[in-house]
Amino acid sequence: MNVATDAVRFVRAEPVAAAPPPTLTRGPVAWIRENLFAGPVNTVLTLIALYIVIVTVPPVMKFFFIDAVWSGSNRDACRPEVLGRPVGACWAYVIDKINYFVYGSYPISERWRVNAFFVLLALGLGWLLWLDAPRRSLGAIYFFVVFPLLAYLLLSGSHFLGLEPVPTSLWGGILVTVIVSLVGIVFSLPFGVVLALGRRSRLPIIRFFSVVFIEFVRGVPLITVLFMANTMLPLFLPEGTTVDRLVRPLVGVALFASAYMAEVVRGGLQAIPKGQYEGAMSLGLNYWQMMCFIILPQALRIVIPGIVNTFIGLFKDTTLVAIVGIFDLIRTVEASRVDPNWAAPTINTTGYAFAGIFYFLCCWGMSRYSLAVERRLAAGQRR
Amino acid sequence: MKRAIATIAVGLAASLFAGAAFAQSTLNNVKQKGFLTCGSNPGLAGFGVPDAQGNWTGLDVDFCRAIAAAIFNDPTKVRFIPLSAKDRFTALQSGEIDVLARNSTWTMSRDTQLGLDFTGINYYDGQGFMVRKKLGVSSAKELNGATVCTQQGTTTELNLADFFRSNNMKYEVVAFATADETFKAYDAGRCDAFTTDASGLYAERLKAANPDEHIVLPEIISKEPLGPVVRHGDNQWADIVRWVHFAMLNAEELGVSKANVDQQLKSENPEIKRLLGTEGKFGEAIGVTNDWAVRIIKHVGNYGEVFERNVGAGSPLKIQRGQNALWTKGGLQYAPPIR
Repeated sequence: MNVATDAVRFVRAEPVAAAPPPTLTRGPVAWIRENLFAGPVNTVLTLIALYIVIVTVPPVMKFFFIDAVWSGSNRDACRPEVLGRPVGACWAYVIDKINYFVYGSYPISERWRVNAFFVLLALGLGWLLWLDAPRRSLGAIYFFVVFPLLAYLLLSGSHFLGLEPVPTSLWGGILVTVIVSLVGIVFSLPFGVVLALGRRSRLPIIRFFSVVFIEFVRGVPLITVLFMANTMLPLFLPEGTTVDRLVRPLVGVALFASAYMAEVVRGGLQAIPKGQYEGAMSLGLNYWQMMCFIILPQALRIVIPGIVNTFIGLFKDTTLVAIVGIFDLIRTVEASRVDPNWAAPTINTTGYAFAGIFYFLCCWGMSRYSLAVERRLAAGQRR
Repeated sequence: MKRAIATIAVGLAASLFAGAAFAQSTLNNVKQKGFLTCGSNPGLAGFGVPDAQGNWTGLDVDFCRAIAAAIFNDPTKVRFIPLSAKDRFTALQSGEIDVLARNSTWTMSRDTQLGLDFTGINYYDGQGFMVRKKLGVSSAKELNGATVCTQQGTTTELNLADFFRSNNMKYEVVAFATADETFKAYDAGRCDAFTTDASGLYAERLKAANPDEHIVLPEIISKEPLGPVVRHGDNQWADIVRWVHFAMLNAEELGVSKANVDQQLKSENPEIKRLLGTEGKFGEAIGVTNDWAVRIIKHVGNYGEVFERNVGAGSPLKIQRGQNALWTKGGLQYAPPIR
């Protein structure tokens, strides 16, 4: 072989770099074409949506951020004629009142106890909700046994522990919203499961009472239950005897949520094929073993969306306690927005926007978490 | 988990039951509890509003603090139960609260048919009108043909109809469900005039885009005497509540204020001596100590001070004393003498 022929011959040592696909089939342009302008209907819908976004988003942004006022100590900070420019949301008001929104009238010197309660709550929630957390069974005991006791002692106080007692009439704001929803959520699931089992029980008396309770409670609006508790109940009790004003709606909310939860759980129980029951019985499991190990784990998994839906509904329903004079977050916003020191045109909007953001973040968090749990628990059945 | 939470609920309930006692007299009951339970407004500018720290302030709030000061020498020994207009009287009837100071209008049916007693009038309110300055109206009688914004289903709406009919004037009413909506509509120019209780007019005006462009007309077209309420039948308690208000009025009339009460204790004026308990046993006669008025004035102040601080010149509301001035200054506030 001579050198010249070798030089002419071409052998590629490396593969050719792949040529980019035509720009019209990949990349942002193609994505837009495929997803936004795929056909005439699609194009029209996209344009309408775009128009709505352009019309609504900039003014909202302008109101809540660009024209917003972030600092100030009284109404002058948020008055257009003082500032000489249009004024959007008055966040200075929320910042000034934030302690009231979080703690209500809880005595200032004792507010560390509320903070401690929030920390303990976060610890318990984290332990329970983080699926890979160590010793989760201990976490459950902490959350359902230790934490409620600690929280009760911390918040109401006792002379024995050297904590000044704080009457519940001083509790308010986010603290009360959290307590009412927590009690409702924590009570409703176990009570709901028991009621659902009772309703499907073969024992007539148990079934009868479960049905009566569920149908009666579902048959009246929550507001009626609350009015009964806070307005009617004191008339029936002997003069001077009172049940705490906060405990009354707490019990009402817990009972109410349980009835709804029972129906959700019953839906799950009915979705379990008969073979599962028969299989469990043929293994020699008794009723409770069958329920705990075979039926409920499957039934509850099916109804996770329903359960979370009930929780979210309950969380938002807690604002109804405001009507019977309990100072939850909405009530504190309403009480403080009339403060003449903060009288300005946008105060109402700002106050409600703050409450809206708080509720949205909480409900959105719950729903995202439940989606994640659902995906994880359904791993075995993914197709 | 159920058990733990049930334990808490039961524990809470039990501890609250244990604290309750059967009422003999309201005063003894209050002394036994160690605090006064006062039905208050859940949020009304100048009368009951929480400050940034959650402490309640306002004219009605200060009245309850004055009662607590007279009984306990401590204005903080009062628990406020914010009540809606619907459940305020039920809460009093059921004994849940000891006194109701929640801008409640004294009417015959409330006084006679509910088993309740009004003990006095701590604020003379009445329905008024607000208009834009540029409308050029200086009296409500000139409002013929005007559009008026008001709240639906309130006595305000009825008073409005009465006023225009009795003056043979035409008007058009634009009614809204909430007070906020009503004022917003007026502020946006939907109506010529806005009507509600006069104290409310001042509070709403502050929220206007340009408060200086609006004026409150001098006419008051309805009587809204607001006062504290107690249960019928416990006359000793009614006496205390009634005379707390009178003591604050007498203090203002005699020039005894928060600042000078200690010097006034040495005063030789027999009226001041009787008020401050350096002469006579007027306090003991109603079941409190003889220095009861000193306690009220020292901790809360006289009526004028309370008024100025909460709704008057010292507050953003800047309401004139008007009918609420002392009788010596052309107003209606008149207290019987202590003797």
